[in-house]
Amino acid sequence: MISNLLSLMTFFPLVGALVLLVIPNKEKTALKAVTLVVTIITFFISLPLAFNDVFTTSAEMQYTEFYRWINIGDFFQMNYSIGVDGISLWLVLLTTFIMPIAVLSTWHAVEKSIKGFMVMLLLLETGMLGAFVSLDLFLFYIFWELMLVPMYFLIGIWGGKNRIYAAVKFFIYTAVGSLLMLVAIIYVYYFGMKSGISPNGFSIADFYRLSIDPSLQTWLFLAFAFSFAIKVPMFPFHTWLPDAHTEAPTAGSVILAAILLKMGTYGYMRFAMPLFPEALHTFMPLLATLATIGIIYGALVAMMQDDVKKLVAYSSVSHLGFVMLGIFALNLEGMAGGMLQMVNHGISTGALFLIVGFIYERRHTRQISEFGGLAKQMPIFATIFMIITFSSIGLPGTNGFVGEFLALIGAFQSELRIYAIIASSGVIFAAVYMLWMFQRVMFGELKNPENQKLKDLDAREITLMVPLLVFVFWIGVYPNTFFEKMNPSLEKLIHQVKSKQQVAMVQPAVIPAAPMAAPPAAGGHH
Amino acid sequence: MENLVQVAIQNVNFGAIMPSLVLSCVAMALLLVTAFSPRGKTVHVNWLAIIGLLVTGWVSLGAWNAPQFGFAGMVALDNFATFFNLIFIVAAILTILMSDEYLKREGYPVGEFYPLILFTTAGAMWMASGTDLMSIFLGLEVLSISLYVLAGFFRRQQRSNEAGLKYFLLGAFSTGFLLYGIALLYGAAGTTNLADMGTYFNAHRAILGNPMTIAGMLLLSTGFLFKIGAAPFHMWTPDVYQGAPTPVTAFMSTAAKAAAFAAFVRILTLALGGLQEEWTSLLWVLAVMTMIVGNIIAIYQTDIKRILAYSSIAHAGYALVGLVAANQIGLSGILFYMLAYTLMNLGAFAVLVLAGKKGEDNLTLQGFAGFGYKQPLLGIAMTVFLFSLMGLPPTAGFTGKFYIFAGAVKAGYIWLAILGVLNSAVSLYYYLRIMVAMYFKEPTEDFAWVKLHPAVVIAIVISVVGVFYLGIVPGDVMAVAKLAQPF
Repeated sequence: MISNLLSLMTFFPLVGALVLLVIPNKEKTALKAVTLVVTIITFFISLPLAFNDVFTTSAEMQYTEFYRWINIGDFFQMNYSIGVDGISLWLVLLTTFIMPIAVLSTWHAVEKSIKGFMVMLLLLETGMLGAFVSLDLFLFYIFWELMLVPMYFLIGIWGGKNRIYAAVKFFIYTAVGSLLMLVAIIYVYYFGMKSGISPNGFSIADFYRLSIDPSLQTWLFLAFAFSFAIKVPMFPFHTWLPDAHTEAPTAGSVILAAILLKMGTYGYMRFAMPLFPEALHTFMPLLATLATIGIIYGALVAMMQDDVKKLVAYSSVSHLGFVMLGIFALNLEGMAGGMLQMVNHGISTGALFLIVGFIYERRHTRQISEFGGLAKQMPIFATIFMIITFSSIGLPGTNGFVGEFLALIGAFQSELRIYAIIASSGVIFAAVYMLWMFQRVMFGELKNPENQKLKDLDAREITLMVPLLVFVFWIGVYPNTFFEKMNPSLEKLIHQVKSKQQVAMVQPAVIPAAPMAAPPAAGGHH
Repeated sequence: MENLVQVAIQNVNFGAIMPSLVLSCVAMALLLVTAFSPRGKTVHVNWLAIIGLLVTGWVSLGAWNAPQFGFAGMVALDNFATFFNLIFIVAAILTILMSDEYLKREGYPVGEFYPLILFTTAGAMWMASGTDLMSIFLGLEVLSISLYVLAGFFRRQQRSNEAGLKYFLLGAFSTGFLLYGIALLYGAAGTTNLADMGTYFNAHRAILGNPMTIAGMLLLSTGFLFKIGAAPFHMWTPDVYQGAPTPVTAFMSTAAKAAAFAAFVRILTLALGGLQEEWTSLLWVLAVMTMIVGNIIAIYQTDIKRILAYSSIAHAGYALVGLVAANQIGLSGILFYMLAYTLMNLGAFAVLVLAGKKGEDNLTLQGFAGFGYKQPLLGIAMTVFLFSLMGLPPTAGFTGKFYIFAGAVKAGYIWLAILGVLNSAVSLYYYLRIMVAMYFKEPTEDFAWVKLHPAVVIAIVISVVGVFYLGIVPGDVMAVAKLAQPF
């Protein structure tokens, strides 16, 4: 085991980005090739995680690294503290797995300043990996914000017609949420310092041990939950998503859907839920309602879209609703289902955006009405598209089925039963909007003369779809590979949340409200 | 009378004023050099000035952890003053680095510019090390008078004239308030020495509630808030910042602001600690107002210098948050923030110096379209400064804001911190507008006039390195700021 495996993995793309800077602009192929190689190497660096059996038995953080970073005595301390457990494991691997595919997908699509594009992709990878492995809230926040910048440029420079609006909206939405979270993070830190539990930096493990008064938890939870809800995105904070997705270049959309959205759900599992279990309990009806609305609303709006990319974007809102519902169920079925659904969504929606990218590169339109009968012209494309469509709908035998089914089962067995029942209709809606779209695009007569000239997928395009297809079936047929490594950590998380909730129900509010909660009289009136 | 003279002589300690003494001597020598140098022959006064500043920096560093006092308690060269002295020196060096090319381009290659910058810096040093209302006032005047001249330095340019005159008239007016405040406080406490005043007020708490004391504090604050550019005394900033020569604007918005903060912090904590409840509630409101006014109006600007001017108001508001917190973290946060702001703001102005045409009419959002493509390196540098001004990690702007807001949260001013971060969110919009122009718009200009002049490039490189250094490994400077705070 390499001792600094996670650091190496996280910062290797950054090093790659620096290397790109010295390659001249006109060496387009070299720039693309180097980026591809860097992302593939990063994937191989992360691969030992997938084969490590320690995750099947231990819920603890593995591959941990700890260095003092900033130490200002009683002011504050920040540590470079990273590690990975069963929850972040698959998200890390998903990231390193999707990145080479995203790079390969832009081989011909991006013409304008390709160097900048590739640098942004690599910076983004460092930001995402760093956020998934951070065990110190301050460090997490740095990576969390770091992700914003490359994505902003990806949308703004290489995006579609409305890119400026979409990019600025994406940036400001996400930043507002995270800034409020920053205040909450600082607050929790000084709260921990005062209660003597957390003298050692912004360590999450220390923060877990805090007992925070429920009324105080409410506010802190809201700040965290708001920030993550924007990222997920949960209804009604989702409006940035269709814009960002539609305008982003293919690689941007793939990464946004496959990984960035998972930041939000991951944030709930890692921070918002275990840190503030009582507040979670209080807000459960609201959160479950929003998740359910997201499922139904996302599906209904997706149904009405005449732009394929927008349709896929709204389907994300719906799918992420299932993930949230599964997580909020707070039992192993729901959690594991939600967790797996995160990976699934990354694979199938990532694949869908690639597919949209394929036809857009050929026709420069994404309007459903422009197509029809493509199946005859492009048989390989049709087959792959169909498999991915089934996976997105959740047909048994594909990955989507396992995740959605378990998430719903979990929710059904918990106090969220009524929500699970309503949400189930979302599965049917998904079938409607996906199959209807598939039918309109692929079947029927091949009337449009433009479509009669279309070429089927080439070797590069097939290459980047094959790995995704493998996982569609792997997860669909034998999901245990994934479950066995996430279960211990999920059980620990469930225990963490539930035990605190029960304690709170038995003896409510033993800890007096912190005096810090009330601003001093001097400033309080304004 | 004899007695007084003796006391004064006993307290002479040139060590306590050594940095400003050295700097003033260098400035006067440079004035002579420019006066006696033959016409048409270039004397590189700017490099001499930088050497003078470096020497001054070295002299200042000697006082770190070895405080010097003197002149009957009128000056104290302690860690607090030293930290600020170094900020002034950094600001002055960066300003001078970007000035030479700029003055040539605009047609005023005059040597007097540099001694004036040095006099301003010396005045700022007096303000930071003053521990008596009189010595602080003296520093403030040295600083202000040099700045009045500098703001109107382009004497044939209307905008510059307007800036100089406006700054002078309003500045003189605010000085009047300040003096009146000093007089009232002297009347209440019977001394102008800050420490004595603090002791006196602590011993006679009844006098604190006296309208005269309160009025004195308010008038005094008005004078400093004017210099800081805090709302509602911010009206002069946009016009002056836009009209003044760009390097002067950069210097004014960083060093002069830092100097005013230094003196303000010292007076409030040392002399008026007894009135803390009063001034925190006052500054709470003003901090919020300043942030809101600066950020909201900045959104509507299209001239980049004006955007940065209003953003400078907003940044004064963030720094005031640290003063409201008035705890160790908040106050040392101000020190750290001033350094961070100096680096990122001067860096941004240095880019503008290179990007501008003669007369600078092209420094608008429209004129900046596509700048990032035509000048990739400058574009990246500007991006770094803008992200830092936004307060995004891993830059100095983020760690600085974190430091200050942490102070506010720790002191219990949660709402102030929340309003602060919400204001940062608003500020994203106008900084992003500059970036949108730079990268998301098609170039309308060829930017062929932009030359990477070595001196300005050095200034930009120093700023970029500083911004990342304070953003990624801020620990050392934060620890130094902790040692330098006034408690």
